[in-house]
Amino acid sequence: MKHLFAKLAAILAVCMLLNASPAQASSATEAALAADPVAEKRLTKLSEELRCLVCQNQNIADSNAELAQDLRREIRGMIKEGKSDKEIIDFMVARYGDFVLYRPPVQGNTLLLWLGPIALLVFGLATLIAYQRRRAERVAAEDKPLSADEAGRAEALLKELDNK
Amino acid sequence: MIPELGHFALILSALVALVLGTLPLIGAHTNRLAWVALARPAATAMALLVTFSFACLTQAFVANDFSVVYVAQHSNSLLPIQYRVAGVWGGHEGSLLLWILMLTWWAFLVAMLSRQLPEAMVARVLGTLGLVGFGFLLFILFTSNPFERLLPAAAEGRDLNPLLQDPGLVIHPPLLYMGYVGFSVAFAFAIAALLSGKLDAAWARWSRPWTMAAWIFLTLGIAMGSWWAYYELGWGGWWFWDPVENASFMPWLIGTALIHSLAVTEKRGSFKNWTVLLAIAAFSLSLLGTFLVRSGVLTSVHAFATDPRRGIFILIFLVAVIGSSLALFAARAPKVGLGGRFGLVSRESLLLTNNVLLVVACATVLLGTLYPLLIDALGVGKISVGPPYFNAVFVPVMTPILFLMGIGPFARWKEASIPEIAKAVKWALVVGILVAIALPLLYGQWFAMTALGLLLAAWIVATAILNFIERVQHTRAGRGFLAAALSQPRTFVGMHLAHIGIAVFVVGVTMVGSYQDEKDIKLAPGQSVDVAGYHFTFNGVKAVEGPNYVAAQGEFDLAVDGKFVRKMNPEKRTYHSSAMPMTEAAIDAGFLRDVYVSLGEPIDRDKPEGEWAVRVYYKPFVDWIWGGCILMSLGGLIAMLDRRYRVRARAAAPVSAGTQQA
Repeated sequence: MKHLFAKLAAILAVCMLLNASPAQASSATEAALAADPVAEKRLTKLSEELRCLVCQNQNIADSNAELAQDLRREIRGMIKEGKSDKEIIDFMVARYGDFVLYRPPVQGNTLLLWLGPIALLVFGLATLIAYQRRRAERVAAEDKPLSADEAGRAEALLKELDNK
Repeated sequence: MIPELGHFALILSALVALVLGTLPLIGAHTNRLAWVALARPAATAMALLVTFSFACLTQAFVANDFSVVYVAQHSNSLLPIQYRVAGVWGGHEGSLLLWILMLTWWAFLVAMLSRQLPEAMVARVLGTLGLVGFGFLLFILFTSNPFERLLPAAAEGRDLNPLLQDPGLVIHPPLLYMGYVGFSVAFAFAIAALLSGKLDAAWARWSRPWTMAAWIFLTLGIAMGSWWAYYELGWGGWWFWDPVENASFMPWLIGTALIHSLAVTEKRGSFKNWTVLLAIAAFSLSLLGTFLVRSGVLTSVHAFATDPRRGIFILIFLVAVIGSSLALFAARAPKVGLGGRFGLVSRESLLLTNNVLLVVACATVLLGTLYPLLIDALGVGKISVGPPYFNAVFVPVMTPILFLMGIGPFARWKEASIPEIAKAVKWALVVGILVAIALPLLYGQWFAMTALGLLLAAWIVATAILNFIERVQHTRAGRGFLAAALSQPRTFVGMHLAHIGIAVFVVGVTMVGSYQDEKDIKLAPGQSVDVAGYHFTFNGVKAVEGPNYVAAQGEFDLAVDGKFVRKMNPEKRTYHSSAMPMTEAAIDAGFLRDVYVSLGEPIDRDKPEGEWAVRVYYKPFVDWIWGGCILMSLGGLIAMLDRRYRVRARAAAPVSAGTQQA
């Protein structure tokens, strides 16, 4: 309920304070290394999947924190060395753990997370179909034509109303 | 003195809320007319008291009264006046007070605009709102009092978070809260209907415009927040699947399901139980969002453990509200009639499918939001769930919704025929496929996901137009096309406009996701950079001074095909009160694209006249994202103003008055 941005404010506070350290100045030069457009595309794609660990909730593509800049530079280096995307991701996980991945790996403790949406969808649609069937039966049961006795009583009631 | 008056008014309003939350409800149950009649005056009194209290806090901000802790923490004497006013909701205590203010205003509006409703119904609706208000007033009074004094007073305030010093703060939270809290009215109507045992078409018709109003505010509030993030944060993103965003998105998804389900309940008398359940769910999710954001549980489960007072209070409140509503539901639901018969292929059936899919989408977001918290709390791992996950699971659920959106309006109530629908929409499919093939090629690169997004968007627009034409043709009765078109019911026009809004939104999301381009580069004055055919020349920075900050203002010349277009002036601001520099991006907005420049840092901190790190972006169709949201809201507004909510409601009044006397 706290509106969206107070949180983002906190993110920025952390990131930018870290940013303000003088060591940051030299790291900004990495920007100049952006020569190869194909490698840059890969870098962007990879860094969008990785969490900036010192920020509250920001990937390392968007973050200007020192750590994010270092990691971008490191990924750039690994791309240059001809490492595959998987190797780079594995390297990051080995160093920082699963927490660094914005796309959690499919494993024991994330099974429910990944299967959940599919299960929900199947369950939802199955319930929907079952409901429609049951409902049709119940409506049919309620809709039975009046027996002769009921019809007679209904007519009597209507007449009574008319006479009032 | 004035803060004490505000505090006192807040205490009084809690007492009034307690009266409102008890006597009218008991009165409606036991038929004590005097108690029932208390509802309107009590709701009015509650609104006046809270408004007065809010005005007192605003006064403390405007007058720079730093003897109030909350003001000292969130304001500063150099803060421009508009941000001093908006600063009232710049922190926890004040935004909670805004929440309550909105709640009491909604209650007041219901009290004013419900002359045609049966008195017992009004009493139950307002009574329920009174109870909710009472809970929140206790919360603010016991855990988050904004009027607490600071002795001795601070000489100067700590200042409002610079990130919040933006027109966005003035507009976004009030809009969002109006939407959030607005669902309490739909909730109160549902509870009132359950209490009275009268879940009928009249109930659905009364709650429809209120629910729609809340939905419109929520849509605008979320869109406004997204736009603000886009221009303020300096990296051009518009949605981050952040838990705080998800907290507002979940009620939106359920609210969207609710306005569709209410339509069925009103027109066909079906899905009554389901509609009630959705109304309860929409409001419960608003409360859950409050818990997530206010308890600190999001920052970390451990932060929650160190100061659990606020979290525990909301959690208890949440459990009490959800538990009691569901208990009431369980007691009353079995007696509710089924409504009319409908076939497997029918408007009802399609709307039910829409509802199931929206609920699944919401449950998915809920799962992704809570999952990392849960497994961390259980100690079985620390993981992140971010945009790649949400995009992967969200798109497959939304795709069928968007597809069915085109078909739904063609399906007849009760029984529809698939061949008939297929015949009516086949040209829309052709248009969709053509657009999906051609448009990506026009942009140079064809991706399957881009084609899918554009196919769905074109499909929605084309079906909406075909459906509109078909209906106008059927209702012409000898009139000209235009005359017939203009006399269509507003609910119908509004529906299609909102659906087209979705399509526009989808185009924006798809295009910016597929074809945006960016460069992250260092530039010295005189150097330039190209992105997607836009040529930026950096002319250097100069120092400028704002009311409470100093800024380095960059100057860029934007050129296309060698022709000068305009100057762009991104800023890097340093506020006097905080060490954190703020980015003010410069954006050249356009119908088909934005170009966006933001200043990073000087490469050498001591030489701002030298090289700077700069980010430039090309964002095709990005404004369609928010344009789509505005169209959705506009559609909602038109539907809400449909004549029949007023005319028929009046006609219904004498009947219900009659049953009351009996």
